[in-house]
Amino acid sequence: MVTKEQIEHIADLCKLRLSEEEKERAIYEFTLILQSLDEFDNVNLENVEPTLEVNKHTQRFREDIVKPTLTRDEVLENTEEKQYGYFKLLKIVE
Amino acid sequence: MDIVKLSAIEIRDKILKKEISATEVVKAHLDRIEEIDKDLNAFITIHKEEALKSAERVDEKIRNGEEVGTLAGIPVAIKDNIVVKGKRTTCGSKMLENFIPPYDATVVEKIKNQDGIIIGKTNMDEFAMGSSSETSYFGPVKNPVNEKLVPGGSSGGSAAAVKANEVPLALGTDTGGSIRQPAAYCDVVGIKPSYGLVSRYGVIPLANTLDAVGVFGRDVSDAGLILSAIAGYDEKDSTCYEYPVDLTFERNLEPSEYVKGMKIGIPKEIYIDELDKRLVGKMDEIIKLYESLGAEVVEITLPHMEYCLSTYHVICKAEVSSNMARFDGIRFGHRTEEYSNVDELYKNSRTEGFGEEVKRRILMGTYFLSMGHGRKYYEKALRMRTLICYDFKKAFEKCNIILTPSSPILPFEIGKLKDEFVVKDFTSIFAIPVNLAGLCAMSIPCGYIEGLPVGLQIIGGRYEDLNMIKAGLAFEGGMKNGI
Repeated sequence: MVTKEQIEHIADLCKLRLSEEEKERAIYEFTLILQSLDEFDNVNLENVEPTLEVNKHTQRFREDIVKPTLTRDEVLENTEEKQYGYFKLLKIVE
Repeated sequence: MDIVKLSAIEIRDKILKKEISATEVVKAHLDRIEEIDKDLNAFITIHKEEALKSAERVDEKIRNGEEVGTLAGIPVAIKDNIVVKGKRTTCGSKMLENFIPPYDATVVEKIKNQDGIIIGKTNMDEFAMGSSSETSYFGPVKNPVNEKLVPGGSSGGSAAAVKANEVPLALGTDTGGSIRQPAAYCDVVGIKPSYGLVSRYGVIPLANTLDAVGVFGRDVSDAGLILSAIAGYDEKDSTCYEYPVDLTFERNLEPSEYVKGMKIGIPKEIYIDELDKRLVGKMDEIIKLYESLGAEVVEITLPHMEYCLSTYHVICKAEVSSNMARFDGIRFGHRTEEYSNVDELYKNSRTEGFGEEVKRRILMGTYFLSMGHGRKYYEKALRMRTLICYDFKKAFEKCNIILTPSSPILPFEIGKLKDEFVVKDFTSIFAIPVNLAGLCAMSIPCGYIEGLPVGLQIIGGRYEDLNMIKAGLAFEGGMKNGI
């Protein structure tokens, strides 16, 4: 069973605001989805390795040559507020 | 000559022979969009001026006798989760309503390098989360086959644009059927290539271990043409396959030539309760067609198929919750006007910017990865994924390609499922296993049932994309010959 406190905790973790109605709906939906996932228990998965990626990752080495990248102005193009070539933000550390 | 009805290959041939100019081609398609898109809503943004300029450059090259690329003068539509430099890229979301990317995705760069003409960005389910193209912030896409029907999703705009002759070619993305299901519902060809065959650099991710960029065309040759243009290793995407994959095929062979010596597997697990009974008869016809072309058809088994939806649910949402964390309202994307501290800035920006389905998936994914649920759900799903991959490995020992319906149901009416909460969206139940195992698959039109288009899914092994294309060419040829 998923509780309202759990939903509120999850919403806080992913930085979303939920109305009371949305919380109720989330409890309902979570419960149904989690019930449906009980079917994993029908299969013995204990000795099965997990698959994180289907491809083997072979990272290539390359020569350490500087290549063009985005300019500071380009990176800042899509922000609402900038100053002195930086993203402008409210004070985070009190 | 009605230019918009030409195939991509015909367009290029005629441009090379100087029978038509690239400018005429682009103008004809822009006119078509102007004429019908207000109603269809397949496009979010049209790049009219740039498209005409690019066409002029192609015409100039032809006039000067310079060599031109494989997509010379062919209009291409790009799903709006793939970035095009200097052009608004929205993901169908309020969150990115005004986002202007400062760079091109690798696939976009490749299309431009081959002289393809990017004509605009297509509508989609918000952040590709959906299977009916109804969750877009920019309104639902209609199905050109019948405007009352959904076009499928999430790449519904691309599928609809190709079907409606707004463009001959389009790009889409496919995480759990988002190319193949709309291709089936809109009666066009859609290819999801093997995982890692096409670069994902510059593609706004949904679930990184499942996402693939793929293509739409009105026939297999056209889809194959653009797939060849965008495939290949890219050092900017660490999940790209580093060896070349041969995608060259001959057109217009006898259909039987393509499937000579090919073994075709039919999984017995496709005959589920949810399968529209009318599709059972269709599958029988399809099997007969392949047999008449000389292919051997065998029954195979995919024992863990029934767990694919649950496995996908957990993995996809877990990856979504991590991916969507980048939208903080600070560096790009929607920023709220009301906040007095940083926490409020994050929360209000995200709550205002994301639609309902996106929030639902972020919440669920965060749950799967937090509070000790990782072991209970996420890890089990990863282990189940191993068994699903193994099932396919065993199956491909008995056959070269596998056939299933693209979707277990036929296209449904707009609005029918929109506000209904479904625990498991089974419309892509046959598509999802392909993403989990990193295989390739296409949806190919195979006629109509009571006015509703039907799609056949052809699955190939990983990096056996050419087998899939050949099986598609055989089927298309066989249908045309009325076998």
